[in-house]
Amino acid sequence: MQGPLIDTLARRGVTRRTFLKYCATLASMMALPPTAGRAMAEAMAAARRPSVIWLPFQECTGCTESITRSHSPTIEGMIFDMISLDYQETLMAAAGHQAEEALHTAMKDNAGKYLLIVDGSIPLGQDGAYSCIGGRSNVDILKEAAAGAAAVIAVGSCASFGGIPKANPNPTGAVSVSDLVKDKPIVNIPGCPPIPVVMTGVLAHYLTFGSLPELDDKGRPKSFYGDTIHDRCYRRPFYDQGKFAKTFDDEGARQGWCLFELGCKGPVTHNACATVKWNGGTSWPVESGHGCLGCSEPDFWDGGSFYKALSAPADPLKFAAAAAVVGAGAGVAVSVANRVKKNTAKAMHETTTLADLEK
Amino acid sequence: MNDLQFLTWTRGPGLDIAVGIFLLGVLWRLIEIYTLGRKKDLAAPRHAAGASGLHTVFRRSLPPPGMLKRSPVSYIGGYIFHIGLAIIVFLGAPHILLIENLVGLSWPALPSQFIGLTAVVTMAAMVVMLADRINKPVKRFLSTFEDWFTWAVTFVPVLTGWMATQHLLLPYTQMLALHILSAEVLLVVLPFSKLFHGFTLFGSRWYNGRVNGHKGVPV
Repeated sequence: MQGPLIDTLARRGVTRRTFLKYCATLASMMALPPTAGRAMAEAMAAARRPSVIWLPFQECTGCTESITRSHSPTIEGMIFDMISLDYQETLMAAAGHQAEEALHTAMKDNAGKYLLIVDGSIPLGQDGAYSCIGGRSNVDILKEAAAGAAAVIAVGSCASFGGIPKANPNPTGAVSVSDLVKDKPIVNIPGCPPIPVVMTGVLAHYLTFGSLPELDDKGRPKSFYGDTIHDRCYRRPFYDQGKFAKTFDDEGARQGWCLFELGCKGPVTHNACATVKWNGGTSWPVESGHGCLGCSEPDFWDGGSFYKALSAPADPLKFAAAAAVVGAGAGVAVSVANRVKKNTAKAMHETTTLADLEK
Repeated sequence: MNDLQFLTWTRGPGLDIAVGIFLLGVLWRLIEIYTLGRKKDLAAPRHAAGASGLHTVFRRSLPPPGMLKRSPVSYIGGYIFHIGLAIIVFLGAPHILLIENLVGLSWPALPSQFIGLTAVVTMAAMVVMLADRINKPVKRFLSTFEDWFTWAVTFVPVLTGWMATQHLLLPYTQMLALHILSAEVLLVVLPFSKLFHGFTLFGSRWYNGRVNGHKGVPV
């Protein structure tokens, strides 16, 4: 599939109008000025297949599934046709030594220019032996591939923050991409999995402007991770009114009331699910009746139960009963000491008579 | 430690420690105070209208004649911020949920906008009272470190809670964690400071009313 993207899309039956609409939507979602939509369309239509290397490490392939399938067949999927995805184990036909050769050829031919996409965390335990590809540890492969990359895109919570492999007790010593790569621009696109359009939005931004979008303090594109789920949630008015579903199938749940009491982590989760939604805008977790798990935040797996409200204790209290007993014991002890003191004083008391005073 | 880990710590071990110290302190002090005992008053009781423990409990909630005019800030400000605190703590939805999780009791909540407004009014009253404490020479003279400290320990949870919900200054996660942490500091300080009046208030009023009632003096 050679030539500019617009030809590829035309072959797939995507009209110019549809493509422009898509670019305008993408631009508005990324909070870019209206003219950016056109610039994006022009830049992307003419773009010449930048080389992209996708390295999978300790991951479940959920991120790849999300991006390739959930919107399929849409423009997002086709964007992948216009980038030159030179290495992606799940999608590529090649295997074994052929695959490794493709990787090395791509790295050599496009040195300093290719985009490196990483999904999955990188295990450091046992010298990285927990996850190897072609006999090499993930950490080796990442360091080599990152050295020649123009930028690194960490897709999914594992690559961005360590994700589930890093969850307590982190048996493999898993770390994120940004823990290892320090000298390249890194964009984190967390989520378990991340939203497809966020991924393509970042790619489109890169193709259009030659730069990465503005990032927040956790390296996430501000345009998609600027607001919390709670701030943009359609159930928010019920939170403000104090109307909460108490169980997943009570009257409140049916009325679409807020899921805060059922453990929704929306207030502390930055992501675009509430506005972009999933499956081509069909629905998203909160709309389907389940609270947000907070999957796009670091260490979400260890953030207390998914089903405990944010204002509730993360764990059952351990010391409370013992502390109460100790407190009561201390109170009784002090009270006994006070009684003893009082009784001693009473016993020591000498009655003063008139005669004593006249002495 | 990132902000979510900080929040999880405040919701987990932090809360555990704070509630533990709170319970320990409260039980210790209550048992100590109520087991002190007093000698029996052998004098024949005198009776007077309105002289009893119960009367004093209620009467002390109202300003004595003329006092409202002399120190309006203390009385009006005091009423506003005490009632405000009670509304925020006991009628805010997340707080009720916390209480429900800890002791199993639950009741309906007020809308969050109303709680937000109450927080603003409460903080305003507290700031006015602090200014009054600083401005009035006598009040300032009588104030010790404990007075300034307990004011701050009470004020900060209200401020951080309000700022968290209004998304001011810091991201919500960090502000929420700070809010919970500041409330835990309050829990730790409460049993060992003048803030313990929340527990001893009615008991001591009853005691004073009762002792004076025995003498036929309505206080």
